[in-house]
Amino acid sequence: MKAIEALHRTARTTLRATLLAASAALLTTAAAAESGAKLKVGLMLPYTGTYAALGNAIENGFKLYLQEQGGKIGDREVEFFKVDDESDPSKATDNVNKLIKRDNVDVLIGSVHSGVAMAMAKVAKDTGTLMIVPNAGADAVTGPMCAVNIYRSSFSNWQPGYAMGEVMAKKGIKKVVTITWKYAAGDETVRGFKESFEKGGGTVVKELNLPFPNVEFQALLTDIAATKPDAVFTFFAGGGAVKFVKDYAAAGLKKTIPLYGSGFLTDGTLDAQGADADGLMTALHYADSLDTPKDKAFRLSYAKTYKLQPDVYAVQGYDAAQILAVGMKAVHGDLSKKAEFAAAVERDKIDSPRGPFTMSKAHNPVQDIYLRQVIGKENKLIGVASKALADPARGCKN
Amino acid sequence: MVLPARRWQTRRAAARTERAGRTLHAMDIATFAIQCLNALQYGLLLFLVASGLTLIFGIMGVINLAHGSFYMLGAYMAFALAPLVAGTLGGGFFTTLLVGVVLAVILGYVLEWAFFSFLYTREHLQQVLMTYGLILVFEELRSLLVGDDVHGVSAPAILSGTLPLGDVMTYPVYRLFMSGVCLLLALGMYLVFTRTRLGMMIRAGSSNREMVQSLGIDIKFLYRVVFAAGMAIAVLAGMVAAPVSSVYPGMGDTVLILCFVVVVIGGIGSIRGALLAALLIGFVDTFGKVLLPQAAGVLVYVLMALILLWRPDGLFKAG
Repeated sequence: MKAIEALHRTARTTLRATLLAASAALLTTAAAAESGAKLKVGLMLPYTGTYAALGNAIENGFKLYLQEQGGKIGDREVEFFKVDDESDPSKATDNVNKLIKRDNVDVLIGSVHSGVAMAMAKVAKDTGTLMIVPNAGADAVTGPMCAVNIYRSSFSNWQPGYAMGEVMAKKGIKKVVTITWKYAAGDETVRGFKESFEKGGGTVVKELNLPFPNVEFQALLTDIAATKPDAVFTFFAGGGAVKFVKDYAAAGLKKTIPLYGSGFLTDGTLDAQGADADGLMTALHYADSLDTPKDKAFRLSYAKTYKLQPDVYAVQGYDAAQILAVGMKAVHGDLSKKAEFAAAVERDKIDSPRGPFTMSKAHNPVQDIYLRQVIGKENKLIGVASKALADPARGCKN
Repeated sequence: MVLPARRWQTRRAAARTERAGRTLHAMDIATFAIQCLNALQYGLLLFLVASGLTLIFGIMGVINLAHGSFYMLGAYMAFALAPLVAGTLGGGFFTTLLVGVVLAVILGYVLEWAFFSFLYTREHLQQVLMTYGLILVFEELRSLLVGDDVHGVSAPAILSGTLPLGDVMTYPVYRLFMSGVCLLLALGMYLVFTRTRLGMMIRAGSSNREMVQSLGIDIKFLYRVVFAAGMAIAVLAGMVAAPVSSVYPGMGDTVLILCFVVVVIGGIGSIRGALLAALLIGFVDTFGKVLLPQAAGVLVYVLMALILLWRPDGLFKAG
């Protein structure tokens, strides 16, 4: 009896939910045409776990732009719906469906973890919901998965790797060992690096990997010492980046074999790395001392609002809001005009704190990748590693 | 029709010889010795972290998923207590260690009284649920109190030197210190368990709770002490490892799984077994990463599966 009762109850609630959703959907489509209705923005970001700090920085950046615009995007007030994605790809499809079906969001913003972003992109592609990725670098999001309604305000993993390969080949470095975690971000960064480095005449003599998120590097450092390459290229981020840089220095390798990396090696980690990070060269689409009026204004305003220094993640959140604003303006708040939205975003220059950038056909930023060096706990700008670098968007049929 | 198959075979054979040649070349005697040192050191570190779990899971029989959180707590203590200790007691790495361990014993005692003492007679599922809940509570508290950033902890000045090792590498003295701590702890635990009255009571309690109780031993108090000790060891491990591992959110999760592997391979409740299992994992993981990088992620679990096939109760059965 109990079971049947329970079944009835679920059936009733499901029915009620469906009716509610249906009427809500009717209402929103009717309301969307008028510009008075609120724009529903779904933030699907990590608010707990390893990437919590990144999720918060992205949200701060997004809201900072909104605040500058008087709380409106394209003449519409904004209402936020937040979901903690926990950086867990296995929960991503459920979470994104909650935002789309339950909350009826107009725009999805997310996420940091590539696996989560891929699951989101799949749903966004199927449902046609507008989506802007504010960090996850998985090449596929603007590669095989690309779609007219999917955008990225950050980078593709390929970009910093490729830029660093060019720089190191130009420096005349011949033999390099790469080391990274065996997962999408690591593999794709190293692949980008290898592509340009070998094109420039260098050789990758060994590709070392360890399973994510293992941080026991000692065995591989010993292997590097035995191989004696001219330099090492690496991708690590967060806690792993801190430990790797410290272990590399403690093993005495920093003095004899120079270490280069994708910028995430030294972003948001410098306080913890201390002197062991001094002098490291990395490539990324942002640096601490760009010294442009736009960047200065952004940093000042961010520091005033949140009593925190902004980082690359905050910039990406800020630019996600800018991309949304550009498109919204072009379609006068009617998000069903996807082609017009896309045309406007592809045409316009986004005035980012990182420097102005355009959007490729596949909707990944075409941007300068900077060469930075760690000096006194800052990623100081050394120069441009690769000018207006566009991701090859392999597999994208846009 | 034979040709393609044969070509494939020769190619495979060629690849095999090449691979073997590369391996031999890559691993001269000096490198091999250094890798052995790495393996030994990693194994000992694993033992340090897992030994607290040996007490709580192995001897008391509670599936404690919060063990990784205790480890994380220790690492964050090393980071957050250092300035406080410096302000009140004059500072120093070892003073901080001492303060941390004392705090952990107190916290362990209170936790056992408030939560774990209700779990001994319950099902394993309820133990899992409650200790999983504790993980969430600890993570959230950590986030509220210290934030979500990555932090570094510096090793004490006397231990921050390095020893030359080969012509390119150096070996940090602090890692040797860590190994020393592990060995001392292993020896200490072994002696307490096999040579003291307390150890005898604990062992008796783990094999028959009621019987020990009826002999007039206050088993509740005894378990509270064992739990506090287990927690203190996990916290000590976190504090000692902090300068090497750095301090970051979620750091306990990966450690937790390896700890269970160590305890299960070693034989539940056996300290000798845990030490041997930790060293075994150290060697398999270190050499696996270098020689079989494609499989590095699963080797430890393959090892566990094989050992459990061979000896379903682990290497040493508790006795």
